[in-house]
Amino acid sequence: MNRTEPFAFVRDLASRWDVIAIVVVIGVLTFLAEASRGLLAPISGLNAAPLSLDPVHLPIYAARTTLRMFTALALSLLFTFTYATWAAKSARAEKLLVPLLDILQSVPILGFISVTVVFFMSLVPGRVLGAEFAAIFAIFTSQAWNMAFSFYQSLRTVPDELCDACGSFLLTPWMRFWQLEVPFAMPALLWNMMMSMSGSWFFVVASESISVGHTSIALPGIGSYIALAIEQGNLRAIGWAIVAMLVVILLYDQLLFRPLVVWSDRFRIDQEQGGHVPHSWALTMMQRSRFMSGLRTLFFAIVRWTSRRAPRPQGLASLARAGTARGSDVVWFGVLLVLIALALWRIAAMLVGETSAHEALGVAGLATLTMLRVLILIALASLLWVPVGIWVGLRPRVTQIVQPVAQFLAAFPANLLFPLAVFGIVSWKLNPDLWLSPLMILGTQWYILFNVIAGAAAMPQELRYAAQNLGLSGWLWWRKVALPGVLPYYVTGAITASGGSWNAAIVAEVASWRDVEVKAHGLGAYIAEATTAGDFHRIILGITTMSLFVVAINRAFWRPLYYYAERKYRLT
Amino acid sequence: MNSVTSHRTEALLTVEDVRKAFPKPDGGDLLVLDGVNLKLEPGQIVGLLGRSGSGKSTLLRLIAGLAEPSGGHLCFRGQPITGPVAGVAMVFQSFALFPWLTVFENVALGLEAQRMPKAEIRKRSLAAIDLIGLDGFESAYPRELSGGMRQRVGFARALVVHPDVLLMDEPFSALDVLTAETLRTDFLDLWAEGRAPIKGVILVTHNIEEAVLMCDRILVFGSNPGRILSEITVTLPQPRKRLDPSFRELVERIYVEMTSRRLGNAGVTSNRTERFPGLGIGSVLPRVSSNLLSGLIETVAAPPFNGTADLPKIASDLQMEIDELFPVAETLQLMRFAEVEGGDIKLTDAGLAFANAELDERKRIFARHLLTYVPLAAHIRRVLDERASHAARKSRFIDELEDFMGEDDAEQTLRAVVSLARYGEVFAYSDGSAAFSLENPV
Repeated sequence: MNRTEPFAFVRDLASRWDVIAIVVVIGVLTFLAEASRGLLAPISGLNAAPLSLDPVHLPIYAARTTLRMFTALALSLLFTFTYATWAAKSARAEKLLVPLLDILQSVPILGFISVTVVFFMSLVPGRVLGAEFAAIFAIFTSQAWNMAFSFYQSLRTVPDELCDACGSFLLTPWMRFWQLEVPFAMPALLWNMMMSMSGSWFFVVASESISVGHTSIALPGIGSYIALAIEQGNLRAIGWAIVAMLVVILLYDQLLFRPLVVWSDRFRIDQEQGGHVPHSWALTMMQRSRFMSGLRTLFFAIVRWTSRRAPRPQGLASLARAGTARGSDVVWFGVLLVLIALALWRIAAMLVGETSAHEALGVAGLATLTMLRVLILIALASLLWVPVGIWVGLRPRVTQIVQPVAQFLAAFPANLLFPLAVFGIVSWKLNPDLWLSPLMILGTQWYILFNVIAGAAAMPQELRYAAQNLGLSGWLWWRKVALPGVLPYYVTGAITASGGSWNAAIVAEVASWRDVEVKAHGLGAYIAEATTAGDFHRIILGITTMSLFVVAINRAFWRPLYYYAERKYRLT
Repeated sequence: MNSVTSHRTEALLTVEDVRKAFPKPDGGDLLVLDGVNLKLEPGQIVGLLGRSGSGKSTLLRLIAGLAEPSGGHLCFRGQPITGPVAGVAMVFQSFALFPWLTVFENVALGLEAQRMPKAEIRKRSLAAIDLIGLDGFESAYPRELSGGMRQRVGFARALVVHPDVLLMDEPFSALDVLTAETLRTDFLDLWAEGRAPIKGVILVTHNIEEAVLMCDRILVFGSNPGRILSEITVTLPQPRKRLDPSFRELVERIYVEMTSRRLGNAGVTSNRTERFPGLGIGSVLPRVSSNLLSGLIETVAAPPFNGTADLPKIASDLQMEIDELFPVAETLQLMRFAEVEGGDIKLTDAGLAFANAELDERKRIFARHLLTYVPLAAHIRRVLDERASHAARKSRFIDELEDFMGEDDAEQTLRAVVSLARYGEVFAYSDGSAAFSLENPV
């Protein structure tokens, strides 16, 4: 079972570069907001093609949504190959790029969709196209970061001897990239692409249909369909949408990802044969079909053709990581310094004057509320899912059934179920501050479950026999064997779940059904309201606060815990 | 080209006064290779023999053009080496095959990089695969092959580019004894019959017998910094027999050479006792398990050795490489449990007493010797004794050690002393809190 490694490699690069990275990210967002502020009015008359809740249209909507997701995935790949490669090859760029990526991973981009929508629509006069760009960009932001991270990690861990082999057989950097680095990174990258596709469903629902101030846009797609269904209170339509989504997920999983995963099995570097050999009927079919083998041949022919034409640098320059020459260092840091000063000034200019210290303090209070919710929910979910996960993971038969279900549930956009919750809260007159909270973790708790299952399944058989032989049972067994055994996996899952929950807060703390809106007190609700009102100052303030909280919690709590678990409890 | 160079018998490779240093985190330099000279003439196999950390693999990487020297010159056929050269190919210890390419594709890769026509690539790759005995395996993936077959692919991949010089980085050390022997013999046959398109070979190894078996000249490397200690010319006719008396004699001679140099100069030189080298607090200690220490003492004390043993004999009896055996012998010498001289190991009275003692008595002897002869252990113990809390952070000692050695060596040295101290119950160390103490955990 593959695992994501949330913090690998950033450890040494943390500290002041984190601060710089935060400034850069927030600075860019501020620029976007400023650039798009004045452009809000002219677009307000936009009329997208009216949507229909008739399920007949769903296949078309599903196709458009899928197309958007795959376009975003292609862009994410492009981003991954360039950004991560740059970070891995240049020691100088790495210092900024890696913390930047880490911050981007933590920033709740969901709250900023409104800004990017307006920005992209202003770029393209043909308006629907602009909205398409915005939606694709939103989906991209939910996919790209972990893919880039995984690729960067892979590039930094290519075995030395394989690098030396490339060097001594005179492979050009271009050949080396396609023949060594990409194949080596492929298994982890594929796993992250699958995670990204899952995660982006959440954003599809939020990004296809959005209203900013007086502007509302509804692109044809499953997301808009659901939004319309919620607005009209049509439960049956929501059911249809869920079915359509299931079909789409099933299709791309079976036709694309499974075959790729099985195929990429050969790229694993540990050369021992045996173990679990994954299987895919689709791959078998493709390998036997002439069309697919033609495609494969074509791909490798292109790699070969370009390799022959790629420039061939002489000497050691092509081998070494770009070093650090004093002179250019000064220039590089000078440029960085100017950019950061500029960003700081713009952020300050935007916030001071429009917002007060009093309000900032209030926002911090709201953030604390949301933080409490996230932490309590993670703790509750852990209490429930860790024992269940261990129980399942130790039983291979049950694992085979439960694991795919848990992974699917993690992919399922939980925001589809929000209307039901609102329905319940309104009907029984429940307290939204309490009862809206579970929605934040509805979609993310599964990360805990499937990571724990993977951990329990990976526990060495001998260790389990030894525990049995010693007669360990009951609480002693849980305390000394089971819990320490899955700890590294659990922490990985909990980190993902916590990050996802913060993001989900933006849509979970305010939910609506028909014309009823229920709202909890928290930072998510604050950002959501600012978005609806088109109030960029408050969006920036909210996002900045949330980013600071998320980064601080990661640095102070999750990261040390992760390293502790990795060092002490990793069973290899 | 001027005519003078072409008239001389041209050396394939020349290495002149090469040094290599790596920057340390604190700003200083760590010297790993110093004042190395070497010449490879056509028709020769030159062995670089030494323990790990003697810089021999670094030298190989410099020759391959994979790294730049900090000083000195390297030339291939009279041209300075500034990067990987087409006429130099390399065989790797762990094979370094691309697991996603088939045997054929792995072999062809080097020719692809040279942008050869497709038909030519095919012809030459198949010829190399044929030459090295891989017929029928062209479409197999490396993971389907045994270690020996994988290394054959490694050889085919290196030979297919028709290099003048073949560099081999411990090519047989990842294989089992039998497979390694077969592969060595096959390679020597190819070489002797001139079927392999190579003119000279450099072989890095830490196996003395392998060096004597294969090489025409052996350069013995020493550590700290890596340098050539001596050069031994092997004139025995090929094929050489391991049991041949003159073969044994040469192996013995190299053992003597390596032990007298290595163990005689272990650590920082000082003028304390005459036969035992003095060791300051700043000496790098090898990590050795206490099981191996008592195991070697017992073996030497027992018949047929009865207190004095021939190191090559011990090595082959215990199936230990010199990389494993020497650190153990060195530590015994350091702790005055044995003397090592002229390729022999001889137990001291303390060593014999240790061998005959029960566990508790052994620990007492061990602790006494540790505190007397290993200054670092004595130093840590003193610090712990002096403090009211009887506790000290690990970082305190690491900082002290880093005045003398690199980061990794300091870590290794501290780990080594912890392992010895645990056996002797001299002090305790907790990895969780990274702290030393006098309390033994219950």
